[in-house]
Amino acid sequence: MSPKTLYDKIWDAHVAHEADDGTCLLYIDRHLVHEVTSPQAFEGLRMAGRSVRAPDKTIAVPDHNVPTTPGREDPKNMTEDSAIQVAALDKNAKDFGIHYYPVSDVRQGIVHIVGPEQGWTLPGMTVVCGDSHTATHGAFGALAHGIGTSEVEHVLATQTLIQRKGKNMKVEITGKLSPGVTAKDITLSVIGKTGTAGGTGYVIEYCGEAIRNLSMEGRMTVCNMAIEGGARAGLIAPDEKTFEYVKGRPHAPKAAQWEAALAWWNTLFSDEDAHWDKVVTIKGEDIAPVVTWGTSPEDVLPITAEVPSAESFDGGKVGAAQRSLDYMGLTPGQKLSDIEIDTVFIGSCTNGRIEDLRAAAEILKGKKIAVKRAMVVPGSGLVRAQAEEEGLADIFKEAGFEWRLAGCSMCLAMNPDQLAPGERCAATSNRNFEGRQGRGGRTHLMSPAMAAAAAITGKLTDVREMM
Amino acid sequence: MDKFEKLTGIAAPMPLVNIDTDMIIPKQFLKTIKRSGLGVNLFDEMRYDDNGNEIPDFVLNKSQYRDAEILVAGENFGCGSSREHAPWALKDFGIKSVISTSFADIFYNNCFKNGILPIVLPKEAVDVLMKDAEKGSNARMTVDLENQTVTSSDGESFSFELDSFKKHCLMNGLDDIGLTMEKATAIDSFETQAAQARPWV
Repeated sequence: MSPKTLYDKIWDAHVAHEADDGTCLLYIDRHLVHEVTSPQAFEGLRMAGRSVRAPDKTIAVPDHNVPTTPGREDPKNMTEDSAIQVAALDKNAKDFGIHYYPVSDVRQGIVHIVGPEQGWTLPGMTVVCGDSHTATHGAFGALAHGIGTSEVEHVLATQTLIQRKGKNMKVEITGKLSPGVTAKDITLSVIGKTGTAGGTGYVIEYCGEAIRNLSMEGRMTVCNMAIEGGARAGLIAPDEKTFEYVKGRPHAPKAAQWEAALAWWNTLFSDEDAHWDKVVTIKGEDIAPVVTWGTSPEDVLPITAEVPSAESFDGGKVGAAQRSLDYMGLTPGQKLSDIEIDTVFIGSCTNGRIEDLRAAAEILKGKKIAVKRAMVVPGSGLVRAQAEEEGLADIFKEAGFEWRLAGCSMCLAMNPDQLAPGERCAATSNRNFEGRQGRGGRTHLMSPAMAAAAAITGKLTDVREMM
Repeated sequence: MDKFEKLTGIAAPMPLVNIDTDMIIPKQFLKTIKRSGLGVNLFDEMRYDDNGNEIPDFVLNKSQYRDAEILVAGENFGCGSSREHAPWALKDFGIKSVISTSFADIFYNNCFKNGILPIVLPKEAVDVLMKDAEKGSNARMTVDLENQTVTSSDGESFSFELDSFKKHCLMNGLDDIGLTMEKATAIDSFETQAAQARPWV
């Protein structure tokens, strides 16, 4: 048998039909659904008189536009359009009989945090969601990617996707990370190196000692941003850490099924001689705590660097770099650590898990914020409850942070959590696009520890100076 | 879905790289439960000022491009979020084809579900077509799906590659779900076999 990559193995195990031209029907094991990209899909089913083929494999949770302030169980406390979308999801979940975590449920949260937390996400699965950050679930060795609403409807109706196989890309992070360097710095540094289109057409497998050493939560942070590098999916081969994380979760297999699952999961790795279409290697020790300076996630630099000039880029990117500098209100040569910020946002499917909150709280303990506004939005109700139990919530509140309810919040600013024009934010989320966090808002992406450091000093800060 | 066969129309030049889906349709317009009506908000933050007035410099606000049916854009068009609202907004505005050196994967797929043809061409070809588009409304381009060519107003023609299944669906306006449902037997038997091999799923 020819050697295979992890992606090859999962793909091969899920092809339900292959046409002569190579177009495949890929069977989907888990379909995650949220309120913003699903209403038109359910409406399509209704119009055609179709049902959901596998309601047991379909899990819905509202997250994108829900307020993160108390009282949100009452639709009157939502904007009218948000309330309509949430009510539509309530109704669709009920009508089609799919698993559902409403806003009133403590298990509600960002779909990509809820899936792993509840044990829906397991190694070797195919996982899709009408959201590009579905790549997050790849941390478990699951083939997970975002789809559009027409594809959401297709999966609801047929439990399959029409697909052609992508190419294999290996991203190896060798050696150890230096103190102060986190999973977020790895994933941003990879995008800084490959560019936002570097992964287009590929599925990335992240490997190497530095990846192995990451916790499951860190691995989710790395895979989450595969899409920012252009790759639909990012994967990490499952290992003991993965199995340990999964074991005992509400929807994880039990007893004899657990043993059977484990036997298969242990075969999920890339064979030694497997073919790679592209390989990128980065030394762990070369990665510094980084921030983004521009309006593309590839605009990544170590915090010790200076704002670049537009002319320092290749031909095609000069115009875009100048546009970024203008939008961000930055001057070439300015030290990144001199950039003053107004707002700090800690949360999102990239960095809204308990370890992220611990890392930020560690820096914030006993300190006060020096910014206009700072908020923590836990990734799920359960993360929030655990943070309260561990005393992290008190640390945040005493420092001056707002302690919010779970949701996507200011990552994409569909709910009332938005930046004002010109407002500058240190954010642990995943996109720094123009207007992403609010029209005219300026976003710098970084790790939770770096965001916490920025909150204390009021400017972009090298967290290593606080450790 | 509408059939796509041959299109001759005005092409608007957008030489910016990494045009993301947040630019194409900002999130405040995702709170709809319909697919239609998004064209007026296409490129909203580039197209209108804070008071909702048109920004005259923006290409689609210029008189010669208001009826554009083709966009010629910089590389990595459609990166970012998976929102299908991006092709919905383009289609609602009247854009039926986008030409670039590269597209983000999810956006590329979403286009075909909505009768929009995204065309990938080498940089030299896109440069020629960008210049052609900059001539304004007298310069009409032709996109011929059957022959897989784009022809500039000067008659210069470029061939593009396209997946045969996607081409077939687009030319015939086929509904993916209907096609897949014809393969229900294959899905049934896969499901039975998978339930035995991986009963925990």
